[in-house]
Amino acid sequence: MTAGRWFAPAAGLATALVVGFLTLPVLAIFLDTGPGRLLDSLGDESAQEALRLSLRTTTIAMALILVVGTPAAWFLATRRFPGRALVVTLVELPLVLPPAVAGIALLAAVGPSGILGGALEDAGIALALETAGVVVALTFVAAPFYVRQAMASFEALEPTLLDASRTLGASEARTFARVALPNAVPGLSAGGALALGRALGEFGATLMFAGSFEGITQTMPLAIYAQFSTDFEGALALSAVLVAISAALLLGVKAAGARR
Amino acid sequence: MIGAAVLVLPGCGDGDASGRGRLVVSAAASLRAPLSACSREFEGARVRISFAGSDELAAQIRRGVRPGVFLAANTKLPRQLAGEGLVEAPVAFATNELVVAVRRDAPLHTLGDVGGGGVTVVVGDETVPVGAYTRTALARVGGDLERRILANVRSEEPDVSGVVGKLLQGSADAAFVYRSDVTGAGGKLRTIDLPARARPQVVYGGAVVRGAGDHAVARRYLDGVLRGPCARALHDAGFGPAPGR
Repeated sequence: MTAGRWFAPAAGLATALVVGFLTLPVLAIFLDTGPGRLLDSLGDESAQEALRLSLRTTTIAMALILVVGTPAAWFLATRRFPGRALVVTLVELPLVLPPAVAGIALLAAVGPSGILGGALEDAGIALALETAGVVVALTFVAAPFYVRQAMASFEALEPTLLDASRTLGASEARTFARVALPNAVPGLSAGGALALGRALGEFGATLMFAGSFEGITQTMPLAIYAQFSTDFEGALALSAVLVAISAALLLGVKAAGARR
Repeated sequence: MIGAAVLVLPGCGDGDASGRGRLVVSAAASLRAPLSACSREFEGARVRISFAGSDELAAQIRRGVRPGVFLAANTKLPRQLAGEGLVEAPVAFATNELVVAVRRDAPLHTLGDVGGGGVTVVVGDETVPVGAYTRTALARVGGDLERRILANVRSEEPDVSGVVGKLLQGSADAAFVYRSDVTGAGGKLRTIDLPARARPQVVYGGAVVRGAGDHAVARRYLDGVLRGPCARALHDAGFGPAPGR
């Protein structure tokens, strides 16, 4: 028997498995939730509170990631220096950290008894059990998704484009703003969407570092977990909302990418 | 390659080399320390325990998860599940006491201190037993002090492990937990006792889950929690005997 004959059906079967396995749980959320139940849950005061908090903390985290992460990614993409590979690996490390480890790590670093805890307290900055702590947790877990993608986008830019800009006498700042940024937009927005999705869904690090309190630290994923034990239907409905937002994000980025 | 796979197989799945089956136990988070140790000595099966908030575990059973035994930090949840036909008649197997825990060196000594300005308090979510007991106790304390303590609450944790964790690593100044949690913290924490009239009765209830594998083994494990090595482990960990024992 030739190798080719069984491969196509096997790959087809594998595809069916992948698609079925990845879509069934997401579909089940919607099949188990009636549209009426979905609207009811959206009317719920504490669900709205959780949604507002999630959107607020995610927006702040994303602003920080974009403003600080973009020039940092440009710097790392355009410079060669000793130890660069190590720096890049360290920046990417939170990508593969389990959320609980991220939570513990944040506590050990900037928690009340962490290595910077005393200094932060002296400066009057409280993070643990505060909304600011949620932002820190989201930024920590989501930033690598953006920075990594942004670096790749800057590295993939046509070198002649950047050279032309420099030869014409533009400063690095001008080259970055007028040439590199506009041309890297598809990659940057893809990275931004990944980071946004990760921040919106963050659970473990938030719970460990920032705790769970309605209106202060209880984001959507934490509200879903809190509701699971008493109101499975309500938890499903909240999940459906989160899936809808994430799917809209993904589609938006794909559409933006396709238009270019 | 194939040989290696075959050699590995008897070690996994539902049995081990000594022919013991596997028993899954869903247990309240506050039972982690005593049960982890004593369950290794259980002769009937290899025991795998899933620790979480009792309310989460009950919700899992309602959604079709079938551990052999369910051990909760109250008697309400096992009784409800029994009423729904999901578990057999529950038994009370231990008691505990709700206390306020603070770090050993904390400048907090009375319940009034816990309601003071700038004190950070952490409690369990109202759906998890420790959180429900906390709200019962605070309602009995009542008045201005109840309001001030509730105003100091900064996190409502999904289980008691989370509450103790927030206190141990310094995020919280005071936490409503069980006496056994303070015992388990090995000297890092001390308690502020609640006034006797405010103390809720904390009774742990357990039951064999219906329709879950080896019924006799599950029964035997629950008996061991009532009067075997696990009963002794619970006693050593600071739990009280079940009412009437």
